[in-house]
Amino acid sequence: MSNRKLTSILKFSLLSAILAFTSSVFADPTKAAFVYVGPIGDMGWTYQHHQGVEYVKSHMGDDVEITYVESVPEGADAERVIENLARDNDIVFTTSFGYMNPTVKVAKRYPDVKFEHATGYMLADNVSVYSARFYENRHVIGKIAGRMTESNIVGYIASYPIPEVIRGINSAFLAARSVNPDVQFKIIWAYTWFDPGKEADAANALIAQGADVLMQHTDSTAIMTIAEEKGIYAFGQASDMSAFGPNAHLTSIIDIWGPYYLKRIIAARYGTWESTDTFGGAEEGMLVLSSLSDKLPADVKEEAEKTFDDLVNGNVDPFTGPINKQDGSPWLAEGETPPMFPDVITMDFYVEGIDSKYPD
Amino acid sequence: MNEGLIIDIIIGISIASVPLIFASIGELLVERSGVLNLGVEGMMIVGALAGFVVQFHSGNAFLALLAAILAGMAIASIFAFLTQILLTNHVATGLSLTLFGLGIAAFVGRGYSEVRIELISAIHIPFLSDLPIVGPLLFGYNPLVYLAIFMVFLVWWFLFKTKQGLILRAIGDNHDAAHAIGHNVVRYRVLAILFGGAMAGIGGAFLSLVQVPIWGEDMTAGRGWIALGLVVFSSWQPFKVILGALIFGGITILQLHAQGFDIRISAQYLSMLPYLATIAILVSLRMGDKSKTNRTMPNCLGRIFHSTT
Repeated sequence: MSNRKLTSILKFSLLSAILAFTSSVFADPTKAAFVYVGPIGDMGWTYQHHQGVEYVKSHMGDDVEITYVESVPEGADAERVIENLARDNDIVFTTSFGYMNPTVKVAKRYPDVKFEHATGYMLADNVSVYSARFYENRHVIGKIAGRMTESNIVGYIASYPIPEVIRGINSAFLAARSVNPDVQFKIIWAYTWFDPGKEADAANALIAQGADVLMQHTDSTAIMTIAEEKGIYAFGQASDMSAFGPNAHLTSIIDIWGPYYLKRIIAARYGTWESTDTFGGAEEGMLVLSSLSDKLPADVKEEAEKTFDDLVNGNVDPFTGPINKQDGSPWLAEGETPPMFPDVITMDFYVEGIDSKYPD
Repeated sequence: MNEGLIIDIIIGISIASVPLIFASIGELLVERSGVLNLGVEGMMIVGALAGFVVQFHSGNAFLALLAAILAGMAIASIFAFLTQILLTNHVATGLSLTLFGLGIAAFVGRGYSEVRIELISAIHIPFLSDLPIVGPLLFGYNPLVYLAIFMVFLVWWFLFKTKQGLILRAIGDNHDAAHAIGHNVVRYRVLAILFGGAMAGIGGAFLSLVQVPIWGEDMTAGRGWIALGLVVFSSWQPFKVILGALIFGGITILQLHAQGFDIRISAQYLSMLPYLATIAILVSLRMGDKSKTNRTMPNCLGRIFHSTT
């Protein structure tokens, strides 16, 4: 009898030891949440962030539990969504510039939760910011556009006049001018990130006004399809858009978020997370170009590849002097490159040579 | 400015206006019958998805339009059932219809944002379409553009030239009286709501079949709400719907062109103009000839009809 009792005690203690062991090794999954500005199916900006989420899932498996909310408007509603997610997550990623103030506000109320805000600049003890130097890839596509345009008018469909978009316009323009001194940019502000109808209207307006190459800093694939219909060229934004314009598509700027997300969620899991300011580019692998179109002449293709390699190797800065501001006042002297802060981070001017008036 | 550019601008305006014409003319008939359906945005997005999906799988534009019409009517029939049979509040039901439509379209549409279709192309009549200037301006549009104008004419004809139209207007103005003399208020209203759904469905499909060959969640982007505003703008007169839609579409397109030409008007102000115009018209309707406004606005608009006899 006592023998049996002993075995059962032994069994019980063995079982609890195993349980204690497993629960220490296989802890609860880390809970991460993502706030998206558009639908996952935008095939652009939000789609690419979600690719990053898939990357994290494939690497962490059951160790991570991911929640996401799509199409959250960048207004008062964003704060409510972020707060809801902060309540039961360890780390919250807010993936658009307009979430900056609500993210910082909610972060104050949830000091134990980690926050990561994309493309902004407001840091706090529990708020990191991260972005990519998208303007580096626009340096490459600017050169391609300058070579490929025959009308010397490049159409540019922009979303909102925020530093990220301004940097892209300046970088692409400087690159285009460096290979084609006659090129001019026509810029239309759509004041939306995602409205296929309006983006298409803007593309049609630019084409009617003579543009034969289109660049976009909005998120839908509408512009690519219009370029295809009208038989001109266009560049994809944020993800590979070649399927929407097989003949029009020259190359796409592709954002790679997966490795960054994985690193940050693992840091949150093991308590090594710290508030950081990440601004990665081609050199860090946060940006790549999709395969270049075979419509490109060999020399243009070669130049584009070399330009991108230079970016990856850190040999070139798209903003290298001499560069004047639009009003003619000097910005950078010969060979000078700008400091990240404030010049690049808060960029709020066009460079010399752009005709369009700077938006109010 | 050359004439090619002007023609492009006019065609651009027509493309921006037509979805609004379809959705507004449907809603106009609905409101004339005394029903206020705020679900236009929801019915449009469902039509946009249904049209796109059928066009993608069948490649047949006619089937795609039919699907858009049926989808719009299907979702409108929910509204009809709730408001006409269960007597729910029109405003609340309409708002939920919009939310429901946006949600279900996003859900069903998963996966379709990764593909594109062939656009329904503009008509080309030999000789006529090739005429300089007149050709593209009169004979060079998409067939749906002509259909939109025809529908406006048809609604006008129905409302003011047929007996059924007269009855429908009578129901919209005083459903109790119409009921008392033996007209079936609920049947008229249900049919009007279904017609509104069909028109909103085509209006939405115009976006995904004619304007851009892609499907995107929320691609109606508020056009359903503008269509509702246009009905008020038109003071419930069919032909004024065309005028209102052209003003809205015109400002949208012209502000884009103005930016391209670097005309120094702030783009934000230009984007605001259509909405300011609606407010201005609403105010002028109120301040203007009151008796005239009262004559055109259906008296029973949004009121629940409950037959007691």
